[in-house]
Parts: sequence; structure tokens; C-alpha cells
Amino acid sequence: MEHIINRLKQKIEIESIINQRADLYFITIKEEHLELVLSYLKQQENFTHLAFLQAVDFIEDNKFQLTYMLYNYDIKVNLGIKVFIDRDKSEMVSIHKLWAHAWQYQRELKEMFGINFPGSPKVDESFVLEGWEEIPPMKREFDTLAYSEKTFYQRPGRTKNDPKKYMKEKLYKKFPQSTTVGRKDD
Amino acid sequence: MTKQSKSKYNNFKVDRSKFPEMENGKPVIDLDSHKYTKLWQGPQHPGVTGNMAIELTINGDEIVQAKTHVGYLHRGFEKLLERRKYIQGFTIVCRICVPEPDTNEYLYSAAVEELAGIEIPKKAKWIRTLNLEMSRLASFLMWLGGQAGSLGMGVIGQWTVGMRDFWLDLFEEMTGGRIYHMYMIPGGVRKDLPEGFVERAKELIVETRKLLFDIEKALFNNAIFKSRLKGLGIIPPEMVDEYGIVGANARASGKEYDVRMNNPYLKYPELDMKMITSTGGDAFARAEVRYQEIHQTLDLISQILDKLPREGEIQAKIPNVVNWKIPTGETYVKAESTRGEHGFYVVSDGTKYPRRVFNRGASYTHAISVFEKLAINRSISDTAALLVSLQTCPPEIER
Amino acid sequence: MNKKNINNIEKEMKLANEGLSEKERTLFSDARPTPVKPLNKYLEKFLNWARAESLWILAFGTGCGAVELRPLMTARFDMFRYGIAPRPTPRQASVFVIGGYASIKTIKRIVRSYEQMQGPKFVIALGSCTINGGMYYDSYYTINRIDHYIPVDIYVAGCMPRPEALIAGFDKLKKQIKAGKCDGMNIYAENFDWYKANQKKVIKDWNMPDYNW
Repeated sequence: MEHIINRLKQKIEIESIINQRADLYFITIKEEHLELVLSYLKQQENFTHLAFLQAVDFIEDNKFQLTYMLYNYDIKVNLGIKVFIDRDKSEMVSIHKLWAHAWQYQRELKEMFGINFPGSPKVDESFVLEGWEEIPPMKREFDTLAYSEKTFYQRPGRTKNDPKKYMKEKLYKKFPQSTTVGRKDD
Repeated sequence: MTKQSKSKYNNFKVDRSKFPEMENGKPVIDLDSHKYTKLWQGPQHPGVTGNMAIELTINGDEIVQAKTHVGYLHRGFEKLLERRKYIQGFTIVCRICVPEPDTNEYLYSAAVEELAGIEIPKKAKWIRTLNLEMSRLASFLMWLGGQAGSLGMGVIGQWTVGMRDFWLDLFEEMTGGRIYHMYMIPGGVRKDLPEGFVERAKELIVETRKLLFDIEKALFNNAIFKSRLKGLGIIPPEMVDEYGIVGANARASGKEYDVRMNNPYLKYPELDMKMITSTGGDAFARAEVRYQEIHQTLDLISQILDKLPREGEIQAKIPNVVNWKIPTGETYVKAESTRGEHGFYVVSDGTKYPRRVFNRGASYTHAISVFEKLAINRSISDTAALLVSLQTCPPEIER
Repeated sequence: MNKKNINNIEKEMKLANEGLSEKERTLFSDARPTPVKPLNKYLEKFLNWARAESLWILAFGTGCGAVELRPLMTARFDMFRYGIAPRPTPRQASVFVIGGYASIKTIKRIVRSYEQMQGPKFVIALGSCTINGGMYYDSYYTINRIDHYIPVDIYVAGCMPRPEALIAGFDKLKKQIKAGKCDGMNIYAENFDWYKANQKKVIKDWNMPDYNW
């Protein structure tokens, strides 16, 4: 694996390399080198399996981190390629020509994070959400508890009834000396 | 399908050599031309595996275009896991995949332990391996019933799901619950095996083998089973990496993809097993590969029961879980579920809550890209068998 | 469904029997559901006994709970001896078993299937997610209380409820039917506007007529 990284270093500049486990490496590159790196790794170095493409929201730095996870079946090593893109102008080049299933991940990212992949087939279709009118839900500023309390009816008593008190008063009234209701070996 | 129909009952003078029109190798579908019907094999249908929908455009009996709709089981797991502490996450993460919940529990615990730098004791690793293999067996038995039932032979489902119930009883002895165990937590497992468990499990293995020989005679030597599944959904070896196919679907095309042997985890290096592959890539080869894997799983369980240490710790020391802060980092852990390579990608940022937890379901691409390609030019009576043969599980696709 | 097409669809949407002749209009129902009064006392008792002893469930695995419905059909728990059989179409079913949580996409199909079932019809809700949201109480895509959207007769607690618990739930449903207390169909018809308002608040992609016969 070291040879592969050295050969890659001769082509483009790698910002950081992390060796997380014996079979897992993470490298960080700039977003304009991404297509070159992926096609080089797929065609020359035999990293033929794309495991996933996902995004992480770093709202404090105003960036999205995209992770492309590749796998090589000859040397059996996972390689994660990290790219940082701007959070306000969230667009990335599409890789649907390299892998025939990449459009699925790109469709999900457009719906969940709002990251656009111009040119990707079927990127505007809905993946799981139907009739969704708010901001893309996986962004950090979307508050899911507030949305759930606003839209759906709650059954009262969820936060007011204490199950321990209820059990002690109603079910275990004949054991007044035990301070806790529980098994002895707990 | 392209010859002119010569039946005396056919009054239509139709030139079927032009159906469907092709352009650049793909059919051109004109929905106003009264040649096509749109059929929705929807969520409320016994012919789909779980709660998802297939939208078919058909011409007579032949599928021209297929589209999969998922999202009926979406709960927003990844957003929920960001709101729960690390120790609260394991209670909900097992519900991501309903027929086989233990793989998710193991992966979440393994990712958190790797980020926090915890090493679990030896006996816990053996018990975790036993748990994973038992859940693979239970899921395979359910799949076998589904594959036979999708072709009309419902009795196999009654036998296998009945046998699976006894394995769920063993699970109840070990963990306390039939379906959702919540047994593997970061640090080890929750409780030790009860007395007499090893003997009861060994008796059940003998019973399961007897049932499997019955099924082999009734199903795999059955002329109808062979003629319906041979030639259905052929996956050529070049398609495997293009479409991200993993698991038994890839092994039936000749590729050697098995996470337990490529990147071993837990106690798999000490067990004796070999890769099961086949050639042909059609639904019958996949069924045979999975059937051999059921036998392999039974072998592995009896090996583990022999090698299991009797004494030992089952939990490592972890700090106070209420205020547990894990240092910054990210990791990707993989395991082999019945459907293929199942992975968890966890990013932590030094606080009490994880930054991002992503679950890469094994059948993410099988149900959508691969199915939409394989269903073209097949009859509508084959869609159910094709879906079950690809072994899709909708809850892990949309989480 | 693209967001910009929803308004166009609503304007084009019409009832199935619009523009038909007077004789053919009655083939498609466009009337609101009306409550059905019970017949005289002894006939209704006999009919309730008949309904209770042959509950046919709709085979729709809406959520997690469906995985414990399959063992019910095997020889160990055997629901066929109680007269319970799974049916693939809502027209032939009388019990709707809602297995667990309901996401917004599924609740639309649940409402459609429920309205297509013929009365008298009953609903059994499994798990704690139908009671108060369960462990997905803070999710943006699952509803918290299902009895605001369709009327529910029996709740079975658990996560998942065991097959024995499910059979106990069916047993309680039978006793309630024989006592004449299961009135979900009439409750739905009487409070139709309230149910429809709740459903439309949550299901934003409403591209079907109001009455899904």
C-alpha cells in the first residue's frame, strides 16, 4: 500500500494520510483532483469496488466533507478519500460514468444534504421523502425534535409519569421496605 | 416474443418483430401509444420482500422498464443517532435491519470500541462470533422459505420458519429477546451463556441438518424449481464491480468476495472454512451457494461450541458511560451479513454525541440499480422470484 | 412526485364517476361514509359471533411487527385454528394489523387500504410505536399516535410482541366483537372530517380523491 500512495503522491498533492488500521487508510485531497484520482485508482491500481459515498456536516468550519470509500480485492485494503467542499455553494462533480451505481448515492445526498451533482442521472427524484417541504433534513441546523413536536400529536404523560414510582405504588405495594424495585443481582 | 403469434385464438394482426422499439440498445417507451401498461407492484403486495414498491411498464406480459421505490420504512436513523449518546445508540441500532439485527449491533460496538481504543476480552469475542453465526442461520432459513414461497411452494416456508423458531428460543435463553437482542454493547457482551446451552445447541444442529436434507430432496431436485430459476437474472462477472454487487450474488458469478475471509474480524481466523463459489450467475446458482452456506454456518457453529472457553471475563472496563467522550476520529468497520458486505462509518468529534453514523446496507444497490437492469425482458410472474433471489432487505436501504 | 406538479394534479383531479350517465354513476361511490346501525338484537349477536370466529387479516407488513406474523402461520403457534387467515387484497380482509411504526409515506397507503376494506372492520396496533411514538418519538418522518389517523380497537404492547401476545390480542378482540363494542367503522364515519384534517396535515403529497373506495 505504501507504493501505491507514493505513486499517487507523484501525481497530485495529498494533504494528509491517516493509517487507521492495517487495512484502512484515509487520505485528504483537493476537490479539483478528485476525478483524476478516482479514475487513476480504478483503472491503474485496481480499486474497483466503490463501497459508499457519504457526507459529513461540519457546520462550524462551514464545510461539507465528502468521503469516497474504495476497496481493492487484490491487496484487500480499504481506502477512504476525503474531500472538503464549501457548505454554501454545495456542488460536486459527478462520477456516474465511472461506476454505474454512483447515481444512487448522489441522489440520496441531494435529498438529505442538499449537495448538487450536476449531470448525474435521476438526481432530482425523491429517494425516501415524499412531500417534504423543509430544508434537507440531515443538515445540522434542522432540529428534528422541534419538527416532530410541531407536526405530530403527542400522547400526554410521556414525560410526567415515572415508571419506578408507578410500579412502587401500584404493583409492589406489599414490599414497602425495598427502596428500589429491581432484581437482587442487578 | 418477437415472432408473430400463430395461435388460432389470436385475432390481432400484429407485427411483433417491432416490439419494443429500440434506440441505442435501449427501449423507447411512448406512453401515449397504447402499447404499454403501467403496473404498480406496490407496498401492499405479497410479491415484494418487505415494504417497498416496484413500478413496472409492461407490454403484454413482458417488462420493458422497472423502477424501485423505497422509503416506506424511513425513520431517519442517522439523525436520531446524532442525538443520542454513545451508550444510548446501541438500543436503537439493531432495528435497522429487521430479519437480522445482530450484525448492526456488532458493527456499532466495534466502531465505537475502535475509536475509543478498547480491547474486548477473549470470551466476549467467541460469544460474539457465535451470536453472529446464529443470526446468519436464522436469516438464511427465512430466506429459503421466501424463495420457495415466491414460486408457489409454500410448505418449505412452514418447515424452515418453524425450525427458525427453535433457534429464536436459543436466542431467548442467551440474550432475553427473540428478535431484538441488544446484547453486544461497546465493551463486550451483556451476560454470560446459561448452563447447558452448549448441549441444547448441539442437539438443535442435528435436527436442523435433518430438515435440510429433506429440503434438498423436495426443493433442489424439483424440476419446476430448476426450470423457473435457471436463466433468471444472470449476473456476468463484469457487472459485479460496476454495480457494487456483494455477497452471495457476487460469489455465484465466480468472484471471491467474503469479508470473513478477506478482512477477518473477531475469531474467524481461528475457524476452518473455505469460500463457496459457483459459476453461472443465475438465480439457481445463487440458491445453491446460499444452501451450501447454510451447511457451512452449521459447521462453524459446532466448531465455535467446541472451542468456546468455559471461563473468562465478558466485559472490558469502560469509563463512566454517561459522560463518555470519545476522541476525534473516523472509522469504517465491515462484517458479512447474509446479504453481503455490511458496513458502519462512524465519525466522532470529541464530544458526548457522535458527529455522523452511516450504515451501508448490503443490498443498497441490489434492490435499485441491479434489479432495474435485470428485470428487463422478463415476465411479470418472475419479479417476485428475482427480488427474493437478490435477497433485498428494504429497511437497511433507507434506514 | 415533483413539488411543482402537485397543484396541477389537484386541479385535474376528479371523482371517478364524473361525467357518467345517471345509471352508471352509481357504479362508483362518491358518497361520504355513513354510519351503519346494527340490526335487531339476536341477529346482530349471531352476526357478531360469525365475524369474531373468522377474522381475515390483510397481508401488509407495514413495519417491524411483520416479522412476528410469519411464525404465527407455522405449526407451532397456528393461527389458522382460530379462523385467522391472511388475504392479499383489502376487499376480502376484515382486520388490519399495523405492525409497529408508520412513516409518512406508509400512513398514506394505510389510509387507502383501510378505506378500501369493507365494514365491519377492525384494527390491531402492535408495539409501543403506535401508542406514543416509541423510540422514534423525535423522528421527523414517523407519526406518534396512530389513532388520530385511523380508529384503533386493540393495542398489543411489546417490541416486538411475541406470537403468544398477538394471539392474546386476537382473543381480546374476539371478546370485544361479541360484546358489540368494536365500532371502528362507525367512529370513522362520524368523525370523518376530523380524521381527514389530521391526515391532510401530515400527508403533504395528497394526490388522490378524498374517498378511496
